[in-house]
Amino acid sequence: MRVIDPAAVTSAVRNLAIEAACDLEPDILDALLAARDRERSPLSRNLLELLLTNSDIASREKIPVCQDTGIAVVFAFLGREARVEGDLVAAIQEGVRQGYSEGYLRMSVCDPLTRVNTMTNTPAVIHLELVEGDGLKLCLLPKGCGSENMSGLSMLPPSAGKPGIIRYVSELVVKAGSNPCPPVTVGVGIGGSFEKAAMLAKQALLRPVGEPAGRPDVAELEAAILAVINEEGQGVHGMGGNNTALAVHVEIYPSHIASLPVAVNIQCHAHRHKEVIL
Amino acid sequence: MSLLRFEPKFFADLIKVTLPFTPETLAGLEAGELVSLSGVLYTGRDQTHRRLCALLEQGEPLPVDLRGQLLYYVGPTPAKPGQVIGAAGPTTSYRMDSYTPQLLALGLAATMGKGARSWAVRQAMRQEGAIYLATIGGAGALLSKCIKKSELVAFPDAGPEALFRFEVEGFPAVVINDVAGRDYYEMVAQKRGS
Repeated sequence: MRVIDPAAVTSAVRNLAIEAACDLEPDILDALLAARDRERSPLSRNLLELLLTNSDIASREKIPVCQDTGIAVVFAFLGREARVEGDLVAAIQEGVRQGYSEGYLRMSVCDPLTRVNTMTNTPAVIHLELVEGDGLKLCLLPKGCGSENMSGLSMLPPSAGKPGIIRYVSELVVKAGSNPCPPVTVGVGIGGSFEKAAMLAKQALLRPVGEPAGRPDVAELEAAILAVINEEGQGVHGMGGNNTALAVHVEIYPSHIASLPVAVNIQCHAHRHKEVIL
Repeated sequence: MSLLRFEPKFFADLIKVTLPFTPETLAGLEAGELVSLSGVLYTGRDQTHRRLCALLEQGEPLPVDLRGQLLYYVGPTPAKPGQVIGAAGPTTSYRMDSYTPQLLALGLAATMGKGARSWAVRQAMRQEGAIYLATIGGAGALLSKCIKKSELVAFPDAGPEALFRFEVEGFPAVVINDVAGRDYYEMVAQKRGS
């Protein structure tokens, strides 16, 4: 049994928070570059150019890519042969608190009813999962809410099938217009139960942008949804063009015979995600 | 029309506009035109709106005279030592829709954020001769370079949602709703459909 020091967890999460805010990962940068090269609308092409310039400035000068540095969503994958000596959840929360404060990031978390800001950007949303091995993998997804607010979930009748799924997901993304800061990455969770579908949709965003699903029929479904969204022609920030979405990632899970839950979690073009393995 | 104007050097081609707007400038701007803003503007998002409208309801004076001004929907990241401001891109505007008509009735000339406005806000803009601009969502680092001065005006306890006064230079935006009632998002959609 490998023992992991909670102080190491705190320090790792702190660093992930600061790095995620200012440095986009190669997967999203490559996706934006590819979108610029295939964009047919001159205005959308210009806007993509500006977004790439923005990420350059952010990384060089360590200014957050976007002022919405998000609510911190943390996935912790703990190996069965590893043990954190102490409170793993508290260690993650402390890392988020330190990262947002020391990194000059925006405190964007408040009481849902009184709307009073906690001024620490905590609590983070933490998902724990047990996996093989003796490591601890921490994935941080600072989630901006322009895109989060445009997400949705529908309990479709199984008879809706693939056409129903394609229609629901594409209509939701198109209806969101420029609100979620397109070009977006669309996380889709299909199956399981109500909450499982939502979790799958979020987890789908952890996959490198544009990497197709392992199962061929799922990858085909991803391509079909992406094509329908982009045919609508909303383009970058709703200014017209053929890049409304960069990618659709679908994760599936077996569902009840009576049920076809479909959840859609939309991510903006400033798709910030970082991970580390302890 | 305006679509062609965006083609080459983005910033060089923008229409230069000085803030606060004059009624003539406001009336001259058309949906779809790209502008470069320089001068003074005020900021506010969810909490600022909630508080401003609460003050109005109680008959209290507002901490700032909004007549003729531009209200920018932004909650910036804090400035690091030596910086004017942190990242400062737009937030989604529809969340302010329920408050906007009251502020427009006071004489607020323009608002700026991202995303479409409600029918009620569009009606109020037409009635009051106000406009709505969108700037580049998710370009907070780039836009911070256009902010030359930042000053806290009110609601410091709201943290990032406080009301600030910015002095901007060459701040890029697109006119979405003009005084004639046109909506650029709709125009783009119609163009696609035709």
